[in-house]
Amino acid sequence: MNLPGITRRRFLGVATGAALLAGCSRRTTRVIPGEIVGPSRERGHRLRDGGFPAANTMERQGVVIVGGGIAGLAAARQLRKSGQEDFVLLELEDHTGGNSSHGANAVSAFPWGAHYVSLPPNDAREVIELYEELGLITGRDAAGRAIYDETALVADPAERLWVLGRWQEGLIPKVGASDADLREYTAFTAKMAEFKAARGRDGRRAFTIPVDRSSQDDAFTALDRMTMTQWLDAQGYRSERLRWYVDYACRDDFGGTRDQVSAWAGLHYFAARDGVASNAENDVVLTWPEGNGWLEKRLREPNADRIRAGLVAWNIEPAPDGGVRIDAFDFRRAQSIRFEARAAIVCVPRFVAHRLCAALRGRPAEPLEYGPWVVANLTLGERPGGRGFAPAWDNVFFDSRSLGYVNASHQRLDREVGPAVITWYSALCDGPAAAERAKAFDRTHADWCDLVLADLRRAHREIDETVRKIDVCVWGHGMIRPVPGLISGEARRRMAQPIGPIHFAHSDLSGLSIFEEAYTRGLLAASDVAEQLRPA
Amino acid sequence: MSTMSDRSTRLLLLASVFAIATCGLIYELIAGTLASYLLGDSVTQFSTVIGVYLFAMGIGSWLSKYVERNVLGTFIQTELFIGLIGGSSAAVLFLLFAQINSFRVLLYALVLIIGALVGLEIPLLLRILKDRLAFKDLVSKVFTFDYIGALLASLLFPLVLVPHLGLVRAGFLFGILNVLVGLVTVWLLREQVPWARGHAGTGFVILAVLLTGFAQSDRIMTWSEGATYSDPVIHARSSPYQRIILTRAGNDLRLYLNGNLQFSQRDEYRYHEALVHPGLARVPRRERVLVLGGGDGLAVREILKYPDVREVTLVDLDAQITNLFSTQELLVELNEGALRSPKVKVINQDAFIWLKQQTEKFDFIIADFPDPSNFSVGKLYTTAFYREVRRVLHPDGAVVIQSTSPYVARRSFWCVVHTLDASGFVTEPYHVYVPSFGEWGFVLAAPQSLAPVADLPPGLRFLTPETLAGLFRFPPDMGDVPTEVNRLNNQALVRMFEEEWKQYVH
Ligand SMILES: Cc1cc2nc3c(=O)[nH]c(=O)nc-3n(C[C@H](O)[C@H](O)[C@H](O)COP(=O)(O)OP(=O)(O)OC[C@H]3O[C@@H](n4cnc5c(N)ncnc54)[C@H](O)[C@@H]3O)c2cc1C
Repeated sequence: MNLPGITRRRFLGVATGAALLAGCSRRTTRVIPGEIVGPSRERGHRLRDGGFPAANTMERQGVVIVGGGIAGLAAARQLRKSGQEDFVLLELEDHTGGNSSHGANAVSAFPWGAHYVSLPPNDAREVIELYEELGLITGRDAAGRAIYDETALVADPAERLWVLGRWQEGLIPKVGASDADLREYTAFTAKMAEFKAARGRDGRRAFTIPVDRSSQDDAFTALDRMTMTQWLDAQGYRSERLRWYVDYACRDDFGGTRDQVSAWAGLHYFAARDGVASNAENDVVLTWPEGNGWLEKRLREPNADRIRAGLVAWNIEPAPDGGVRIDAFDFRRAQSIRFEARAAIVCVPRFVAHRLCAALRGRPAEPLEYGPWVVANLTLGERPGGRGFAPAWDNVFFDSRSLGYVNASHQRLDREVGPAVITWYSALCDGPAAAERAKAFDRTHADWCDLVLADLRRAHREIDETVRKIDVCVWGHGMIRPVPGLISGEARRRMAQPIGPIHFAHSDLSGLSIFEEAYTRGLLAASDVAEQLRPA
Repeated sequence: MSTMSDRSTRLLLLASVFAIATCGLIYELIAGTLASYLLGDSVTQFSTVIGVYLFAMGIGSWLSKYVERNVLGTFIQTELFIGLIGGSSAAVLFLLFAQINSFRVLLYALVLIIGALVGLEIPLLLRILKDRLAFKDLVSKVFTFDYIGALLASLLFPLVLVPHLGLVRAGFLFGILNVLVGLVTVWLLREQVPWARGHAGTGFVILAVLLTGFAQSDRIMTWSEGATYSDPVIHARSSPYQRIILTRAGNDLRLYLNGNLQFSQRDEYRYHEALVHPGLARVPRRERVLVLGGGDGLAVREILKYPDVREVTLVDLDAQITNLFSTQELLVELNEGALRSPKVKVINQDAFIWLKQQTEKFDFIIADFPDPSNFSVGKLYTTAFYREVRRVLHPDGAVVIQSTSPYVARRSFWCVVHTLDASGFVTEPYHVYVPSFGEWGFVLAAPQSLAPVADLPPGLRFLTPETLAGLFRFPPDMGDVPTEVNRLNNQALVRMFEEEWKQYVH
């Protein structure tokens, strides 16, 4: 029970107090504990520069999966399901997960990369089946709509935006928007709804997930020949706020600006996700404190006995018996092992696959562009509040080039008091990818701390006092960038073709770096392999 | 010309005795009033504040002998600083009351400083005037003005200042007067005071601060918590989760959490009888009862009226609350030692987290949480939470949920009902009139319909079989309205609740 006996205070909220205190805060010059973590650059360089010793032991396996990201783990899962028990998975790092890696400290689990998935559209059959098996979809209502596990749906409030000195709910900038802005928002939303429902002459949805189940109708694929900015211009969208929002979406989902990514990809972000839930709005996402690490763990655990971490594959070539040889270097033992297998599923980024596979080394590399990313996990003494709307899961700054932060503690069921972990993201896409990558690797931990704190300080003046630790992860080749021509182009189709017993699966092959693509590719490649290996 | 100026100087200095006396006493009264207001027990507060103040004046007088050079300058400075510190003392005390745990230290430190500064002033003034007046005149005049000032202050304070200006604004007003006197002194004696410009500068800065404070007094009061309780506060603590305030006026004990009234001793029995008995009297078995929230032990007191209750588990987040209600004399008397009963097990954990870990079942569950006024409490009113409740409830048991006022927050109330419906319960909403709250609502929910017969324990002050039947009837102005179902992912209830209460309290 409670009654606002004290009426005036009631809705003032903590924000005012915080704002008051913030006025007195000073910039700290202290050294903030933490380190730069992330994909091992040393191992990556070793792979690039070569020079691994020849194998002195040999192992025979049915199938070797190379790469333990989502695609590799999905392949493992599918092999087991198909009764193909004879396989191993090789992973370069000491842990699986790849871009869906995650960590934990005394305060919370947190993501290092991928942190959410959206409600899958019906076309993502494999993903829906996975969610059913994992108990994320608990049942269906009378209308056949999926009922999702409420604790995995992003808890309300999901999003807020820092604009003109205060937080507003939602990410479309409403504060300070003119009538013209609002008109364009409405028009844009209507247009996206139209695209969501649109189908091509081949009967397929214009935009869907997986990408390859989208319509091939030229009316839509033509959109892959221009950038998202060109499309906005052509359609007459002038509102700076709308254009910011679209740019934010492109950077958030593809790690590229609207000038860089194709209109097809940009529109895909808004129009592909038509998944419905019985117990949620359509635009909600599924998330966990450790982000997609929750999914990664559940994919990994059943096959933990088949995973060999700390092993980098450095050569993959066809064997005379019609099988395949994989040479891998074991970092712990400092020696190479040769695996002889009947098939391989290569689940590594395409530019890596190019180095590994003898059959690809001769061919010119596809002109793929990868956007570098930086992710920082901050352990704070208290959850960040700020003036205006209440703390949300995703917290974005209108006037910043960062992507803001998600709060790992947001999905907790208890009353959040005390320390929290927030995950700050930035897609480094303001210059050419190679330059941005080099710049990112040059920065020290202290440089990143300054940069991250300066970004957060705009809304959280108290951040210098509350921050306890900052760990930083630089993803040099974070995401494939869907530049014009990539998704509809011939190169992408070729990349996905198996070469004899060597199959490929990675989100790169979709041109879009998302969980559903990685998972479906891993699963389908493994199904193919299992099919081929099945005794007649 | 020179005599004129001497005369006016003398007058001015005597006027400042008067001002100092008035202001000094006002600051003392403010501190005393504030202390009784915030801490309760006015006799103790007033006498300790006055004691400390007088003692501090003694310290000030003693310190005055160390002022050897520049007596006039020191005097002016003292005057300016009393203005600043005394003038803003009420605001500072109000604002910091909620923020610090050792409020008394701050209070007495301020009293000590103000007292010492005032104590320093009169001896300095005597020394300044000693060359301008005969000793007997000097003593007589200074003390006359001093006592007149005191009289004026003691009349002004209760009759004009407190009722018309309020403590904070009155404080600033007298601070301003104090500083003005200081500034006039600087101006008139600018030739005799070294560093006159510096003093004037300081004075103007302090004046600006105090004027701002005066103008912003209302906002300061809304930010401060102390000002908001109408009764003397007898306990004020911050736990990691909430601000706990206990007030007492006569024999009315009241508990506030984060400023929200939790109960008033006068009528809490109505609330707690209505919370517990309509459900507990109807379940077929009541060996194991679970209370979620309700760390005050008042619901437990009602539960223990049934001899067949073997075990009560109370899960309340805040150990400070359950400790307070199992140790503080008045509170233990109020809950009849419920939390000390051997049948009762107290667990300090988050209810949602605790519930998720349970495997054993309960016959009856009470959810007595704070109103869903923020997203974090809102989670305890969702389908996800009610599904967990259902999981640990015997199929023939029942749960009761406190569900805010169906009169003030009609949609919120029915939203709780519909959320329980959507979580697979058969619901029976009811309401009761609690004078200190108004109309209050509860939802009785069970996996299957409950038997209609209620078996009320003896000794209730409010519920009888007749009053009980009436609780389940809703007049049209509180009747069912369609609402969304409250989920973790929409927090529909929190949004509704805020809207409805905002309209009510504007
Ligand atoms: C910062 C960031 C945020 C993201 N956020 C999201 C999000 O919120 N939602 C979403 O759906 N997607 C997100 N993504 C996209 C993410 O890439 C995909 O969701 C998914 O994790 C991709 O999985 P994958 O298996 O295709 O590739 P990867 O994760 O790249 O996996 C490849 C694996 O292969 C290993 N490997 C590489 N070379 C070798 C070798 N030679 N030998 C052995 N192993 C090798 C790597 O270590 C790695 O584990 C994000 C990506 C980044 C970088």
